Amino acid sequence: MQQIQWNWLKGGLILGAVFLLAVILVKPIGVSTQFVIFDGIVWNMFSDDVVQVDENSTSGFSSKNAYLDKNGGKYAENIENPWNYGFIFVLAMIGGGVLSVVLQKPKVSKEDKAAPKVFRESGHGNRYLVAFIGGVLVLYGARLAGGCTSGHMMSGMMQTSLSGYLFAAGVFGAGIPVAIFFYRKSAKGAQ
Amino acid sequence: MTIFLAILVGGLFGFVLHRVGAGNPQNLINMLRLQDLHLAKVILLAIGFSSLILFALLATGSINETHIDIKAAYAGVIIGGLIFGIGFAIAGYCPGTCLVGVGGGRKDALVFIFGGLVGAILFTLSYGGLVATFPAIFSNLAGGEVSVANTGTEFSGLSGSFPAFAVAGTIAIVFMLGAWMLPKRFNI
Repeated sequence: MQQIQWNWLKGGLILGAVFLLAVILVKPIGVSTQFVIFDGIVWNMFSDDVVQVDENSTSGFSSKNAYLDKNGGKYAENIENPWNYGFIFVLAMIGGGVLSVVLQKPKVSKEDKAAPKVFRESGHGNRYLVAFIGGVLVLYGARLAGGCTSGHMMSGMMQTSLSGYLFAAGVFGAGIPVAIFFYRKSAKGAQ
Repeated sequence: MTIFLAILVGGLFGFVLHRVGAGNPQNLINMLRLQDLHLAKVILLAIGFSSLILFALLATGSINETHIDIKAAYAGVIIGGLIFGIGFAIAGYCPGTCLVGVGGGRKDALVFIFGGLVGAILFTLSYGGLVATFPAIFSNLAGGEVSVANTGTEFSGLSGSFPAFAVAGTIAIVFMLGAWMLPKRFNI
C-alpha cells in the first residue's frame, strides 16, 4: 500500500525550508553523530572511566577513547549531558514521523512494516539481517566521513561545502551500482 | 529555548521527511536503482532552493554568520561515503530516515538502528588505531573546512574574490534545473 506523498515540487520546497530554518535559528541539521552519543551514554552506564571531568579540556570533559575525546572532548561532554540540542533533535524526529503517520491514511501495511516490496521481490531471504548489516555499514561510513545524508549531503551542499560534494560522490558512486545489482530480480519501474 | 528549538526543528524535519516519502525504504532503494527518481528530485530541489535563500541572506547580512558550519574535506569523506553507499543501497535507510521509519512502525528500521549503533561503536573503538595506521585518510584536502562559495570570515571559499551570491546562486540554479529536468525514471 502506498504512502500519501507530497509531489517533488511541494516536498522539495518544504524540505529546503526546514534546512534553511535550522541554519537560521541554530545550526545546520546533522544526525549521525547522535548514534555515537547514544552508544556513549549506554557505555557510560557500565563503565566509570568513559567520560571524566577534565578542567584542561575545552569542554570540561575528556575520555580515554580517542574519538570521544576529539575536539576538546565535545562528544564526552554530550554523553555526560545528553539533554542537548543534537540529541533532543533526533528524538523529536521520531515524534515528527509518528505525527505524520497518525495524520495519514492509508496506513503502512503489515508486510511493508517488515520489508519493503522491492526487498520481498529480490529473492534475498532475511530482511532483518540485511537491514542490520546495512545499519553497521551506513553508520561506520558516516562516522568515517564525519557526517551523513543530512549533515554532509543536504546541509553541506546547501553551504557549497567541498566535503558535501565529495560525500555525495562516494554515496552515489557505490550506492547506484550496488542497488541495481542487489535488487536485479525485483520488478522494474516506479510502483 | 535550545530544547524548544530542537523539538520544533527536529519534529518538523521528521514530519517532512515522512511526507516526502523518505521514511519508506522502497523509495530510497528504487531511487538508487534509478527506477523512481521522485526523492532525487526532492533532494536536488531542496538543496538548490535552501542554498539560494541562504546565500541571499548571507549577502544581505540578515543571518548570523556563526551558524554556518563547514565540515572538513579529507579522503575519509569519500571512503566513508562509499561504505555508506553500500549499506544505504541494500537497506534503503540512512541515519535520519530510519528514525522516521521507526516512527511509522517499520520493524526493519528498528533493526537498522541497532545495526547503526553497532557501526557507530565499531568506529568509535577503531578511530584511534585508524588515525595511527592511516593518518593520510584524515589529512585535509584543499584546506579542509572549505566551501566553493565564500560564506564569511570563519571559513575560506575556493572561488576567491568572485561574489559568493553569484557563485552559490549559479550552483543552486543548476540543482533546481536538475530537479525539474530529471525524468521520473531511467530505462535500465
